Amino acid sequence: MGSSTTWALLLAVFFAAVVEFVEALTIVLAMGITRGWRSALAGTGAAVVALAAFTAAAGYAITRWLPESALQLTIGTLLLIFGLQWLRKGILRYSGLKAMHDEAEIFEKETMAATAAQPESRFGLDWFGFVVSFKGVFLEGVEIVFIVITFGLNAHHMPAAIAAAAAAGLVVITAGALARRPLTEIPENTLKFGVGLLLSTFGTFWAGEGLGLFAKSGQSFAWPGKDLALLVILAIWAVVARVLMLAFRRRAVPAQTAAETVSVTEGA
Amino acid sequence: MLLRFARGFGQFWYDFIIGDDWKIAAAVVTVLAVAIAAVVGGVHGAVLIPLFAAAIVAGFVVVMFIDVADS
Repeated sequence: MGSSTTWALLLAVFFAAVVEFVEALTIVLAMGITRGWRSALAGTGAAVVALAAFTAAAGYAITRWLPESALQLTIGTLLLIFGLQWLRKGILRYSGLKAMHDEAEIFEKETMAATAAQPESRFGLDWFGFVVSFKGVFLEGVEIVFIVITFGLNAHHMPAAIAAAAAAGLVVITAGALARRPLTEIPENTLKFGVGLLLSTFGTFWAGEGLGLFAKSGQSFAWPGKDLALLVILAIWAVVARVLMLAFRRRAVPAQTAAETVSVTEGA
Repeated sequence: MLLRFARGFGQFWYDFIIGDDWKIAAAVVTVLAVAIAAVVGGVHGAVLIPLFAAAIVAGFVVVMFIDVADS
């Protein structure tokens, strides 16, 4: 892969990891403030250990057992499904059909749930704070691991992909430690939409290449124009997303106007 | 205990891969199945790959319109 493609991959990994780290940070902050930092940090540490084991097992299995075309098809398909989910949410949010992702609101909900939960001590830890922190960090972490493994293996730049995710973690954790509140200033909705575009682009590209697994040769197919095809695919996804946003925004506006009319009528 | 773990494990992967909208995964898998059948049938890669990409985009557009119409 060319160096510009590698940079695009690294940016995709970095921004995807930023989004996931911000979401995990919100949960850990809410647990730390309400249930105690010892349990929240113990849950985070346990999740990091579990993630390391998961990464080692998944990485070993993928690299040992799958030929290149099968690898491209498998992770291209997963990336495509994953990326299109992000793109779908982005389109619905920017067309006004879905509420914007709001870290402050999530933080408030988590804090209220943590305050209302009954105290339960296990192994000297507040169990609620431990479990919620563990789940939050593990779930968001699996997404980061999945993106790092996928992009790293396909670009043959695993150390660079890991470094991009680690840099994202460092930035978010440092900012979170300094601010001691959810990082609402990070434009998460825009980042998610952009990363959704990139994941869908690389997913389409790799899944297409991986179809060669079923050809007589079993070798990966090559896109016309090779890596340049990535730019064309990205442009197509961007145009499609924009057109869908405009089409759905037109639907959203009359629906909102109708709802406002009803509420005004009811109010009168 | 084991059943609870298996259910939780399955739910985790379902949420992780399928997510909020199963129709996207269904559309991708359907297009892939048709593309694989075409490869096995001898369609050349250079012809198939652009058609595959176009079908994925079309599938996504259809899913989005169904989604919005449902809501």
